[in-house]
Amino acid sequence: MIPDNLKYTKEHEWIKIEGDIAVVGITDYAQGELGDIVFVELPGIGAPVLNMKPFGTIEAVKAISDLFSPLTGEVVEINSDLESDASVINTDPYGNGWIIKIKFSDRGELDGLLSAADYQAVINKV
Amino acid sequence: MIRKTPFFDIHEKLGAKIVEFAGYYMPIQYRSITEEHRRIRKSVGIFDLSHMGEIMVGGEGAWQFVQQAVTNDITPLGIGQVLYTCMCYPDGGIVDDLLVYNLGDEYLLVVNASNIEKDFDHLKSLRKSDDVTLTDLSEATALLAIQGPDAEKVMAKLTDYDLPSIKYYWSAVGEIAGIEMMFSRTGYTGEDGFELYFPAENAKTIWDAVMRASAEFDGEPVGLGARDSLRLEMKYALYGSDIDQTTNPLEAGLGWTVKLDKPDFVGKKALMDIKEIGLKRKLVAFELAERGIPRPHYPIMSGGVKIGEVTSGIFSPMLEKGIGTGYAAAESSGIGTKIEIEIRGKLIPATVIKPPFYKSGTRR
Repeated sequence: MIPDNLKYTKEHEWIKIEGDIAVVGITDYAQGELGDIVFVELPGIGAPVLNMKPFGTIEAVKAISDLFSPLTGEVVEINSDLESDASVINTDPYGNGWIIKIKFSDRGELDGLLSAADYQAVINKV
Repeated sequence: MIRKTPFFDIHEKLGAKIVEFAGYYMPIQYRSITEEHRRIRKSVGIFDLSHMGEIMVGGEGAWQFVQQAVTNDITPLGIGQVLYTCMCYPDGGIVDDLLVYNLGDEYLLVVNASNIEKDFDHLKSLRKSDDVTLTDLSEATALLAIQGPDAEKVMAKLTDYDLPSIKYYWSAVGEIAGIEMMFSRTGYTGEDGFELYFPAENAKTIWDAVMRASAEFDGEPVGLGARDSLRLEMKYALYGSDIDQTTNPLEAGLGWTVKLDKPDFVGKKALMDIKEIGLKRKLVAFELAERGIPRPHYPIMSGGVKIGEVTSGIFSPMLEKGIGTGYAAAESSGIGTKIEIEIRGKLIPATVIKPPFYKSGTRR
Protein backbone atom coordinates (compact mmCIF):
# COMPACT_ATOMS: atom_id res chain seq x y z
CA MET A 1 0.00 0.00 0.00
CA ILE A 2 2.10 2.87 -1.33
CA PRO A 3 -0.01 5.70 -2.77
CA ASP A 4 1.31 7.00 -6.11
CA ASN A 5 0.46 10.64 -5.43
CA LEU A 6 2.87 11.02 -2.50
CA LYS A 7 6.61 11.49 -2.12
CA TYR A 8 8.72 9.44 0.30
CA THR A 9 11.99 9.29 2.21
CA LYS A 10 14.17 6.30 2.94
CA GLU A 11 13.34 6.91 6.61
CA HIS A 12 9.78 5.84 5.79
CA GLU A 13 8.06 9.21 5.88
CA TRP A 14 5.52 10.22 3.26
CA ILE A 15 5.12 13.77 2.00
CA LYS A 16 2.16 15.36 0.30
CA ILE A 17 2.98 18.67 -1.38
CA GLU A 18 0.22 21.31 -1.25
CA GLY A 19 1.71 24.54 -2.68
CA ASP A 20 4.49 25.56 -0.30
CA ILE A 21 3.19 23.28 2.46
CA ALA A 22 4.30 19.70 2.94
CA VAL A 23 2.04 17.33 4.90
CA VAL A 24 4.19 14.64 6.56
CA GLY A 25 3.37 11.26 8.01
CA ILE A 26 4.89 7.80 8.26
CA THR A 27 4.23 5.05 5.76
CA ASP A 28 2.06 1.98 6.21
CA TYR A 29 5.23 -0.10 6.17
CA ALA A 30 6.71 2.00 9.01
CA GLN A 31 3.62 1.75 11.22
CA GLY A 32 3.57 -2.01 10.68
CA GLU A 33 7.20 -2.31 11.69
CA LEU A 34 6.76 -0.12 14.77
CA GLY A 35 3.65 -1.92 16.00
CA ASP A 36 1.11 -0.33 18.36
CA ILE A 37 1.89 3.38 18.48
CA VAL A 38 1.30 4.91 21.90
CA PHE A 39 2.27 8.54 21.40
CA VAL A 40 4.32 11.03 19.42
CA GLU A 41 6.51 13.87 20.68
CA LEU A 42 6.26 16.83 18.34
CA PRO A 43 7.79 20.32 18.13
CA GLY A 44 5.64 23.44 18.64
CA ILE A 45 4.13 25.43 15.81
CA GLY A 46 6.75 27.80 14.39
CA ALA A 47 9.64 25.51 15.26
CA PRO A 48 12.31 25.25 12.57
CA VAL A 49 12.96 21.84 11.02
CA LEU A 50 15.92 20.74 8.93
CA ASN A 51 16.14 18.43 5.96
CA MET A 52 16.73 14.85 7.19
CA LYS A 53 17.17 15.92 10.83
CA PRO A 54 14.96 14.55 13.66
CA PHE A 55 12.00 16.75 14.56
CA GLY A 56 10.29 14.44 17.01
CA THR A 57 9.90 10.88 18.23
CA ILE A 58 7.29 8.23 17.80
CA GLU A 59 6.86 5.78 20.63
CA ALA A 60 5.34 2.33 20.14
CA VAL A 61 4.79 -0.44 22.66
CA LYS A 62 7.97 -2.24 21.64
CA ALA A 63 10.07 0.44 19.98
CA ILE A 64 10.92 4.10 19.78
CA SER A 65 11.89 5.86 16.59
CA ASP A 66 12.99 9.32 15.55
CA LEU A 67 10.85 11.26 13.09
CA PHE A 68 12.93 12.88 10.36
CA SER A 69 11.93 16.05 8.58
CA PRO A 70 11.95 15.47 4.85
CA LEU A 71 12.42 19.20 4.16
CA THR A 72 13.88 22.38 5.68
CA GLY A 73 11.31 24.88 6.87
CA GLU A 74 8.96 25.71 9.70
CA VAL A 75 6.20 23.74 11.41
CA VAL A 76 2.86 25.39 10.62
CA GLU A 77 0.49 22.76 12.01
CA ILE A 78 0.63 19.58 14.07
CA ASN A 79 -2.04 16.89 14.14
CA SER A 80 -3.47 17.57 17.59
CA ASP A 81 -5.75 14.50 17.38
CA LEU A 82 -2.64 12.37 17.92
CA GLU A 83 -2.37 13.79 21.44
CA SER A 84 -5.38 11.79 22.62
CA ASP A 85 -5.03 8.81 20.28
CA ALA A 86 -1.82 8.20 18.37
CA SER A 87 -2.99 4.75 17.25
CA VAL A 88 -4.70 6.44 14.30
CA ILE A 89 -1.22 6.35 12.74
CA ASN A 90 -1.56 2.55 12.78
CA THR A 91 -5.08 2.48 11.37
CA ASP A 92 -4.90 5.34 8.85
CA PRO A 93 -1.24 6.24 8.22
CA TYR A 94 -1.84 8.16 4.97
CA GLY A 95 -5.01 9.93 6.11
CA ASN A 96 -6.05 10.92 9.64
CA GLY A 97 -2.69 9.70 10.87
CA TRP A 98 -0.78 12.58 9.29
CA ILE A 99 1.73 14.09 11.74
CA ILE A 100 2.88 17.63 10.87
CA LYS A 101 2.65 20.28 8.17
CA ILE A 102 5.83 22.10 7.17
CA LYS A 103 6.10 25.34 5.27
CA PHE A 104 9.22 24.49 3.32
CA SER A 105 11.81 27.03 2.32
CA ASP A 106 13.94 25.24 -0.26
CA ARG A 107 12.01 23.91 -3.22
CA GLY A 108 15.22 22.33 -4.51
CA GLU A 109 15.04 19.77 -1.69
CA LEU A 110 11.95 18.27 -3.34
CA ASP A 111 14.24 16.68 -5.92
CA GLY A 112 15.77 14.58 -3.15
CA LEU A 113 12.46 12.91 -2.27
CA LEU A 114 11.58 9.45 -3.52
CA SER A 115 8.75 8.51 -5.84
CA ALA A 116 6.36 5.70 -4.90
CA ALA A 117 8.31 3.32 -7.15
CA ASP A 118 11.65 4.36 -5.59
CA TYR A 119 10.20 3.84 -2.11
CA GLN A 120 8.86 0.43 -3.05
CA ALA A 121 12.42 -0.46 -4.04
CA VAL A 122 13.67 0.70 -0.61
CA ILE A 123 11.18 -1.58 1.17
CA ASN A 124 11.95 -4.52 -1.09
CA LYS A 125 15.58 -4.31 -0.02
CA VAL A 126 14.74 -4.49 3.71
CA MET B 1 20.73 -22.50 14.89
CA ILE B 2 17.46 -20.81 15.74
CA ARG B 3 14.78 -23.38 16.58
CA LYS B 4 11.09 -23.52 15.73
CA THR B 5 8.23 -24.68 17.91
CA PRO B 6 5.78 -27.27 16.51
CA PHE B 7 3.36 -24.37 15.87
CA PHE B 8 5.73 -22.29 13.74
CA ASP B 9 3.97 -22.96 10.43
CA ILE B 10 0.63 -22.02 12.00
CA HIS B 11 2.01 -18.71 13.30
CA GLU B 12 3.43 -17.92 9.89
CA LYS B 13 0.18 -18.75 8.14
CA LEU B 14 -1.67 -16.47 10.58
CA GLY B 15 0.63 -13.61 9.58
CA ALA B 16 2.25 -13.25 13.00
CA LYS B 17 5.24 -10.97 13.39
CA ILE B 18 7.98 -13.49 14.17
CA VAL B 19 11.10 -12.62 16.14
CA GLU B 20 13.98 -14.57 17.58
CA PHE B 21 13.49 -15.04 21.30
CA ALA B 22 15.64 -17.27 23.52
CA GLY B 23 16.89 -19.18 20.50
CA TYR B 24 13.44 -19.76 19.00
CA TYR B 25 11.42 -18.12 16.25
CA MET B 26 8.42 -16.93 18.23
CA PRO B 27 5.31 -14.87 17.41
CA ILE B 28 5.68 -11.47 19.09
CA GLN B 29 2.21 -10.43 17.94
CA TYR B 30 -0.47 -11.56 15.50
CA ARG B 31 -2.10 -8.17 14.98
CA SER B 32 -1.68 -5.83 17.93
CA ILE B 33 0.03 -6.30 21.28
CA THR B 34 -2.40 -3.94 23.00
CA GLU B 35 -5.45 -5.67 21.57
CA GLU B 36 -4.08 -9.12 22.46
CA HIS B 37 -3.25 -7.92 25.97
CA ARG B 38 -6.79 -6.62 26.56
CA ARG B 39 -8.27 -9.85 25.17
CA ILE B 40 -6.54 -11.85 27.91
CA ARG B 41 -7.82 -9.50 30.62
CA LYS B 42 -11.38 -9.53 29.19
CA SER B 43 -12.04 -12.96 27.69
CA VAL B 44 -9.45 -15.53 26.64
CA GLY B 45 -6.37 -15.99 24.47
CA ILE B 46 -3.98 -18.76 23.48
CA PHE B 47 -0.18 -18.67 23.79
CA ASP B 48 2.33 -21.03 22.20
CA LEU B 49 4.89 -21.53 24.97
CA SER B 50 6.58 -24.58 23.48
CA HIS B 51 9.93 -22.83 23.72
CA MET B 52 9.83 -23.31 27.50
CA GLY B 53 11.98 -26.13 28.86
CA GLU B 54 10.77 -29.25 30.64
CA ILE B 55 13.22 -31.25 32.72
CA MET B 56 12.01 -34.44 34.44
CA VAL B 57 13.65 -35.44 37.69
CA GLY B 58 13.07 -39.10 38.56
CA GLY B 59 14.51 -41.88 40.65
CA GLU B 60 14.49 -42.78 44.33
CA GLY B 61 16.35 -39.62 45.27
CA ALA B 62 14.21 -37.19 43.25
CA TRP B 63 12.50 -35.51 46.21
CA GLN B 64 15.74 -34.90 48.08
CA PHE B 65 17.48 -33.70 44.91
CA VAL B 66 14.83 -31.12 44.00
CA GLN B 67 14.55 -29.96 47.62
CA GLN B 68 18.31 -29.34 47.60
CA ALA B 69 18.33 -27.59 44.20
CA VAL B 70 15.57 -25.02 44.72
CA THR B 71 15.06 -22.23 47.25
CA ASN B 72 11.38 -22.91 47.95
CA ASP B 73 10.15 -25.82 50.08
CA ILE B 74 8.59 -28.73 48.22
CA THR B 75 7.67 -30.57 51.45
CA PRO B 76 4.05 -29.38 51.59
CA LEU B 77 3.38 -30.16 47.90
CA GLY B 78 0.58 -32.63 47.33
CA ILE B 79 0.64 -34.90 44.28
CA GLY B 80 -0.31 -32.72 41.34
CA GLN B 81 0.55 -29.47 43.09
CA VAL B 82 2.72 -26.86 41.39
CA LEU B 83 5.25 -24.54 43.05
CA TYR B 84 6.97 -21.40 41.81
CA THR B 85 10.57 -21.19 42.98
CA CYS B 86 14.05 -19.90 42.26
CA MET B 87 17.12 -22.04 41.79
CA CYS B 88 20.34 -20.39 42.97
CA TYR B 89 24.09 -20.72 42.72
CA PRO B 90 26.07 -21.13 45.93
CA ASP B 91 26.62 -17.33 45.95
CA GLY B 92 22.86 -16.66 45.93
CA GLY B 93 22.73 -15.54 42.29
CA ILE B 94 19.72 -16.86 40.39
CA VAL B 95 20.24 -19.76 37.96
CA ASP B 96 16.60 -19.60 36.91
CA ASP B 97 13.05 -19.15 38.13
CA LEU B 98 10.87 -22.16 37.46
CA LEU B 99 7.79 -24.22 38.23
CA VAL B 100 8.09 -27.53 40.08
CA TYR B 101 5.31 -30.04 39.36
CA ASN B 102 4.90 -32.82 41.91
CA LEU B 103 3.86 -35.74 39.72
CA GLY B 104 4.11 -38.34 42.50
CA ASP B 105 7.22 -40.39 41.73
CA GLU B 106 8.75 -37.68 39.59
CA TYR B 107 9.15 -33.93 39.55
CA LEU B 108 8.76 -31.88 36.38
CA LEU B 109 10.73 -28.63 36.27
CA VAL B 110 9.45 -26.08 33.79
CA VAL B 111 12.24 -23.62 33.03
CA ASN B 112 12.88 -20.57 30.88
CA ALA B 113 13.68 -21.27 27.23
CA SER B 114 16.90 -19.25 27.36
CA ASN B 115 18.15 -21.36 30.27
CA ILE B 116 17.38 -24.95 29.25
CA GLU B 117 20.96 -26.09 28.61
CA LYS B 118 22.37 -24.05 31.49
CA ASP B 119 19.80 -25.43 33.95
CA PHE B 120 20.30 -28.98 32.76
CA ASP B 121 24.08 -28.68 33.18
CA HIS B 122 23.63 -27.06 36.59
CA LEU B 123 21.33 -29.86 37.73
CA LYS B 124 23.75 -32.48 36.40
CA SER B 125 26.53 -30.86 38.44
CA LEU B 126 24.37 -31.20 41.58
CA ARG B 127 23.63 -34.86 40.90
CA LYS B 128 25.82 -36.82 43.31
CA SER B 129 24.39 -40.34 43.00
CA ASP B 130 22.66 -42.50 40.43
CA ASP B 131 19.39 -42.67 42.37
CA VAL B 132 18.41 -39.48 40.49
CA THR B 133 17.62 -39.36 36.77
CA LEU B 134 17.47 -36.14 34.74
CA THR B 135 15.72 -36.08 31.38
CA ASP B 136 15.40 -33.05 29.12
CA LEU B 137 11.94 -33.34 27.53
CA SER B 138 11.96 -29.83 26.06
CA GLU B 139 12.21 -30.73 22.38
CA ALA B 140 9.50 -33.38 22.48
CA THR B 141 7.06 -31.30 24.53
CA ALA B 142 4.55 -28.78 23.18
CA LEU B 143 3.01 -26.26 25.56
CA LEU B 144 -0.09 -24.17 24.99
CA ALA B 145 -1.45 -21.73 27.56
CA ILE B 146 -5.15 -20.85 27.59
CA GLN B 147 -5.38 -17.66 29.62
CA GLY B 148 -8.15 -15.28 30.59
CA PRO B 149 -11.35 -15.16 32.66
CA ASP B 150 -13.07 -17.48 30.13
CA ALA B 151 -10.26 -20.08 30.10
CA GLU B 152 -12.26 -22.64 32.08
CA LYS B 153 -15.20 -22.34 29.66
CA VAL B 154 -12.87 -23.10 26.76
CA MET B 155 -11.38 -26.07 28.61
CA ALA B 156 -14.86 -27.39 29.41
CA LYS B 157 -15.44 -27.76 25.66
CA LEU B 158 -12.29 -29.87 25.35
CA THR B 159 -12.57 -32.26 28.27
CA ASP B 160 -14.96 -34.06 30.64
CA TYR B 161 -12.53 -33.52 33.49
CA ASP B 162 -14.00 -31.87 36.60
CA LEU B 163 -12.22 -28.55 36.03
CA PRO B 164 -13.50 -26.65 39.09
CA SER B 165 -11.82 -29.32 41.23
CA ILE B 166 -8.42 -28.15 39.95
CA LYS B 167 -7.29 -25.30 42.18
CA TYR B 168 -4.84 -22.57 41.20
CA TYR B 169 -1.32 -24.01 40.97
CA TRP B 170 -2.52 -27.62 40.77
CA SER B 171 -2.26 -29.99 37.83
CA ALA B 172 -4.11 -33.06 36.59
CA VAL B 173 -3.77 -35.78 33.98
CA GLY B 174 -6.70 -36.24 31.65
CA GLU B 175 -7.92 -36.31 28.11
CA ILE B 176 -7.97 -32.92 26.38
CA ALA B 177 -9.31 -32.95 22.83
CA GLY B 178 -8.89 -36.71 22.81
CA ILE B 179 -5.22 -36.67 23.82
CA GLU B 180 -4.10 -37.83 27.26
CA MET B 181 -1.92 -35.14 28.80
CA MET B 182 -0.81 -33.32 31.93
CA PHE B 183 -2.32 -29.89 32.36
CA SER B 184 -2.34 -27.33 35.15
CA ARG B 185 -4.22 -24.31 36.35
CA THR B 186 -1.25 -21.97 36.08
CA GLY B 187 -0.09 -18.95 34.12
CA TYR B 188 1.95 -15.80 33.93
CA THR B 189 -0.79 -13.27 33.19
CA GLY B 190 -2.62 -12.61 36.46
CA GLU B 191 -5.75 -14.15 35.01
CA ASP B 192 -7.26 -17.59 35.41
CA GLY B 193 -5.86 -20.06 32.93
CA PHE B 194 -4.53 -23.47 32.05
CA GLU B 195 -1.26 -24.73 30.64
CA LEU B 196 -1.33 -27.88 28.50
CA TYR B 197 1.71 -30.15 28.09
CA PHE B 198 1.55 -32.69 25.27
CA PRO B 199 3.71 -34.47 22.70
CA ALA B 200 4.94 -32.19 19.92
CA GLU B 201 3.47 -34.53 17.28
CA ASN B 202 -0.06 -33.69 18.52
CA ALA B 203 0.52 -29.97 18.06
CA LYS B 204 -1.80 -29.37 15.11
CA THR B 205 -4.64 -31.51 16.50
CA ILE B 206 -4.59 -29.69 19.83
CA TRP B 207 -4.18 -26.24 18.27
CA ASP B 208 -7.17 -26.72 15.99
CA ALA B 209 -9.34 -28.07 18.82
CA VAL B 210 -8.35 -25.24 21.19
CA MET B 211 -9.04 -22.62 18.52
CA ARG B 212 -12.46 -24.12 17.74
CA ALA B 213 -13.32 -24.27 21.44
CA SER B 214 -12.19 -20.71 22.12
CA ALA B 215 -13.89 -19.12 19.12
CA GLU B 216 -17.28 -18.64 20.79
CA PHE B 217 -15.58 -16.84 23.69
CA ASP B 218 -13.76 -14.46 21.37
CA GLY B 219 -10.52 -16.35 21.90
CA GLU B 220 -7.58 -15.73 19.57
CA PRO B 221 -3.85 -16.46 19.52
CA VAL B 222 -1.76 -14.05 21.57
CA GLY B 223 1.93 -13.36 21.08
CA LEU B 224 4.90 -12.92 23.38
CA GLY B 225 4.59 -9.12 23.26
CA ALA B 226 1.37 -9.29 25.24
CA ARG B 227 2.80 -12.04 27.44
CA ASP B 228 5.51 -9.56 28.47
CA SER B 229 3.11 -6.67 29.12
CA LEU B 230 0.66 -8.93 31.00
CA ARG B 231 3.37 -10.30 33.29
CA LEU B 232 4.76 -6.84 33.95
CA GLU B 233 1.32 -5.48 34.96
CA MET B 234 1.49 -8.18 37.67
CA LYS B 235 5.17 -7.44 38.42
CA TYR B 236 6.10 -11.03 37.68
CA ALA B 237 9.87 -11.20 37.17
CA LEU B 238 11.39 -12.02 33.79
CA TYR B 239 14.67 -13.92 33.75
CA GLY B 240 17.28 -12.06 31.72
CA SER B 241 15.63 -8.69 32.43
CA ASP B 242 14.69 -8.44 36.11
CA ILE B 243 16.65 -11.38 37.46
CA ASP B 244 19.80 -13.25 36.46
CA GLN B 245 22.95 -14.73 37.97
CA THR B 246 24.02 -11.29 39.25
CA THR B 247 20.81 -10.76 41.24
CA ASN B 248 19.51 -12.68 44.25
CA PRO B 249 15.89 -13.58 45.04
CA LEU B 250 15.80 -11.39 48.16
CA GLU B 251 16.55 -8.12 46.35
CA ALA B 252 14.30 -9.22 43.46
CA GLY B 253 11.27 -9.29 45.75
CA LEU B 254 11.19 -13.09 45.55
CA GLY B 255 12.06 -13.63 49.22
CA TRP B 256 8.77 -15.49 49.59
CA THR B 257 10.24 -18.28 47.44
CA VAL B 258 13.30 -18.61 49.69
CA LYS B 259 12.74 -20.85 52.71
CA LEU B 260 15.77 -20.20 54.88
CA ASP B 261 14.39 -22.59 57.52
CA LYS B 262 14.88 -25.55 55.15
CA PRO B 263 17.75 -27.78 56.42
CA ASP B 264 19.89 -27.03 53.38
CA PHE B 265 19.74 -25.96 49.75
CA VAL B 266 22.16 -24.52 47.19
CA GLY B 267 22.71 -20.85 48.02
CA LYS B 268 21.31 -20.99 51.56
CA LYS B 269 24.46 -19.81 53.32
CA ALA B 270 24.95 -16.87 50.95
CA LEU B 271 21.31 -15.83 51.13
CA MET B 272 21.39 -15.94 54.95
CA ASP B 273 24.45 -13.69 54.90
CA ILE B 274 22.80 -11.30 52.44
CA LYS B 275 19.72 -11.13 54.65
CA GLU B 276 21.88 -10.58 57.74
CA ILE B 277 23.86 -7.72 56.19
CA GLY B 278 20.75 -6.12 54.70
CA LEU B 279 19.80 -5.43 51.09
CA LYS B 280 21.62 -2.63 49.26
CA ARG B 281 19.09 -2.48 46.44
CA LYS B 282 15.58 -3.70 45.71
CA LEU B 283 13.55 -4.36 42.61
CA VAL B 284 10.91 -1.64 42.75
CA ALA B 285 7.72 -1.22 40.78
CA PHE B 286 7.04 2.34 39.63
CA GLU B 287 4.46 4.30 37.69
CA LEU B 288 5.27 7.39 35.66
CA ALA B 289 3.38 10.53 36.65
CA GLU B 290 3.76 11.99 33.16
CA ARG B 291 3.66 10.66 29.63
CA GLY B 292 6.51 8.36 28.71
CA ILE B 293 7.56 4.75 28.43
CA PRO B 294 10.38 3.52 30.64
CA ARG B 295 12.63 1.08 28.81
CA PRO B 296 15.39 -1.26 30.02
CA HIS B 297 18.62 0.49 31.12
CA TYR B 298 17.07 3.95 31.49
CA PRO B 299 18.53 5.52 34.67
CA ILE B 300 16.44 5.65 37.84
CA MET B 301 17.21 8.96 39.52
CA SER B 302 16.56 10.55 42.89
CA GLY B 303 17.39 14.21 43.51
CA GLY B 304 19.59 14.30 40.42
CA VAL B 305 21.61 11.23 41.46
CA LYS B 306 21.45 7.91 39.67
CA ILE B 307 20.19 5.25 42.08
CA GLY B 308 19.54 2.40 39.68
CA GLU B 309 18.39 1.25 36.27
CA VAL B 310 15.12 0.19 34.69
CA THR B 311 14.97 -3.57 34.04
CA SER B 312 11.48 -3.81 32.48
CA GLY B 313 9.11 -1.13 31.23
CA ILE B 314 6.03 -0.78 29.10
CA PHE B 315 3.08 1.42 28.39
CA SER B 316 0.45 -0.43 30.44
CA PRO B 317 -2.57 -1.21 28.25
CA MET B 318 -4.86 -1.39 31.32
CA LEU B 319 -3.53 1.58 33.33
CA GLU B 320 -2.72 3.56 30.18
CA LYS B 321 0.50 4.92 31.61
CA GLY B 322 4.17 4.07 31.64
CA ILE B 323 5.04 1.42 34.24
CA GLY B 324 8.24 -0.39 35.00
CA THR B 325 10.54 -2.17 37.37
CA GLY B 326 14.16 -1.64 38.23
CA TYR B 327 16.70 -1.98 40.98
CA ALA B 328 16.84 1.10 43.19
CA ALA B 329 18.96 1.85 46.23
CA ALA B 330 17.23 0.32 49.26
CA GLU B 331 16.63 3.72 50.89
CA SER B 332 14.62 4.82 47.83
CA SER B 333 12.60 1.62 47.52
CA GLY B 334 9.74 2.25 49.94
CA ILE B 335 6.16 2.36 48.67
CA GLY B 336 5.27 5.94 47.76
CA THR B 337 8.87 7.11 47.27
CA LYS B 338 9.17 9.78 44.57
CA ILE B 339 11.82 9.00 42.00
CA GLU B 340 12.54 10.07 38.41
CA ILE B 341 13.18 8.06 35.29
CA GLU B 342 15.60 9.62 32.83
CA ILE B 343 14.08 9.21 29.39
CA ARG B 344 16.39 10.46 26.65
CA GLY B 345 17.79 13.27 28.78
CA LYS B 346 14.47 14.27 30.38
CA LEU B 347 13.62 13.48 34.00
CA ILE B 348 10.09 12.07 34.23
CA PRO B 349 8.64 11.94 37.76
CA ALA B 350 7.57 8.49 38.99
CA THR B 351 6.31 6.89 42.19
CA VAL B 352 7.23 3.55 43.74
CA ILE B 353 4.00 1.55 44.05
CA LYS B 354 2.90 -1.62 45.81
CA PRO B 355 2.62 -4.33 43.17
CA PRO B 356 0.80 -5.54 41.21
CA PHE B 357 0.19 -2.58 38.93
CA TYR B 358 -3.05 -4.14 37.70
CA LYS B 359 -5.13 -5.10 40.70
CA SER B 360 -8.25 -6.61 39.07
CA GLY B 361 -6.77 -9.86 37.75
CA THR B 362 -8.85 -13.01 38.23
CA ARG B 363 -5.84 -14.83 39.69
CA ARG B 364 -2.83 -13.38 41.42
